[in-house]
Amino acid sequence: MQVKMTVNGEEVTRDVEPRMLLVHFLRDELDMTGTHWGCDTSNCGTCVVQMDGEPVKSCTVLAAMASGHEILTVEGLEQDGTLDPVQQGFMEEHGLQCGFCTPGMMLTAKALLRENPNPTEAEIREAISGQICRCTGYMNIVKAVRWAADHQPSPLAQEVRS
Amino acid sequence: MQVPAPFEYERAISVDDALALLDRLGPEARVIAGGHSLLPMMKLRLAAPEHLVDINDLRDLDYIRTNGSEMRIGAMTRHRTLLESDALEVQFPIFRDAEQVIADPPVRNRGTIGGALCQADPSEDLSAVCAACHAKLVIRGLDGERVVDMDEFHKGPYETSVGPAEMLTEIRLEMRPRPGSAYEKVERRAGDWAVAAVGAAVWMDEDRIADCGIGLSALGSNVLRAHRAEEELRGKPATDETIEIAGRAAYEECEPVTDQRGSAEYKRHLAYELTKRAVRRALERVPRG
Repeated sequence: MQVKMTVNGEEVTRDVEPRMLLVHFLRDELDMTGTHWGCDTSNCGTCVVQMDGEPVKSCTVLAAMASGHEILTVEGLEQDGTLDPVQQGFMEEHGLQCGFCTPGMMLTAKALLRENPNPTEAEIREAISGQICRCTGYMNIVKAVRWAADHQPSPLAQEVRS
Repeated sequence: MQVPAPFEYERAISVDDALALLDRLGPEARVIAGGHSLLPMMKLRLAAPEHLVDINDLRDLDYIRTNGSEMRIGAMTRHRTLLESDALEVQFPIFRDAEQVIADPPVRNRGTIGGALCQADPSEDLSAVCAACHAKLVIRGLDGERVVDMDEFHKGPYETSVGPAEMLTEIRLEMRPRPGSAYEKVERRAGDWAVAAVGAAVWMDEDRIADCGIGLSALGSNVLRAHRAEEELRGKPATDETIEIAGRAAYEECEPVTDQRGSAEYKRHLAYELTKRAVRRALERVPRG
């Protein structure tokens, strides 16, 4: 069947089996391997991408179900050579060790900051509670998200840029 | 790699369209809503429908509204919406209790109340919540609607009274005077299925419990409601003694089995303890009359 969706602002169309999961669509059809494929059972959260702005576990969404929707993956965070504040935060605060959970963590963090630009530590922990860091580096992940919250571009600067 | 067995995919554009598709495709077709229970089961080949009818475009089934003395929840309402609804919290705080411990935020962004109820997993939370609240379920078919209660809706594990060419469209909750409700769950780790859980709803008349509902999760495949515990509470004064007797009734009437989440005896103990805690907390939440 044909699926058509917007991935990181670009429209893509592919013929796929109805049973293809979104995570495999991104990795195998689009060669975008930034989205990681982990537990396969919607537990670990490394496959989290944004669908219409909301974090979803792409191992439990069919590519067919995502057809017609907007997907944001880790590849779409950087804009014109500038890292997203969330990416910068993970760098500044050592928010990753092995890096396996990082893409999912960052997309969840970005969605959180859009809805809640100044989250408390508890709110950050709640937001990432569907994602597992096997390095157990949660302290630094929380700090990284806080760093991003403290370094969001001001609305005025964004206006000037656009 | 876990992928479902092959199937054909259809996307419905309206309830009538979905019903016509289900009617045409026959009993091997299944409705898919959020997909967070069905797809994992399809990956494990515990379910292998030949056709999926995707109803995610039916935005008109995503609502929480009041209609006279009823709260009405559309079947496509996501867990997250239920968690965040203040209107629901005022009348039925049991929903927020339960939603806080259902899976995790990304899963709650997708999963729906209709999907949870229709999947009818014996460890699922919202069936017990709806049983406690005496919810009525609206089932629509090509010939019209019928309204059933949870006892009739829930036939057992993974089985409901929704026919092959029917779908659940709405959950109705009657708003009665002086309500209180609460949900108590024990899980092995955050967001897991329940080892055991109990939901309680009470409606007070002065200092007596005018009516109540006790819903059970993971406490027996054919025990969704603790009818005898309810009998022990109904019409009685809200005292510690009454609550103790109700807890013991729940202990007696539940039918848990030993599995990887715990022994039958441990779960029975949880039925007793969680019934008491849920009723106590439900009573604390009743507005003073």
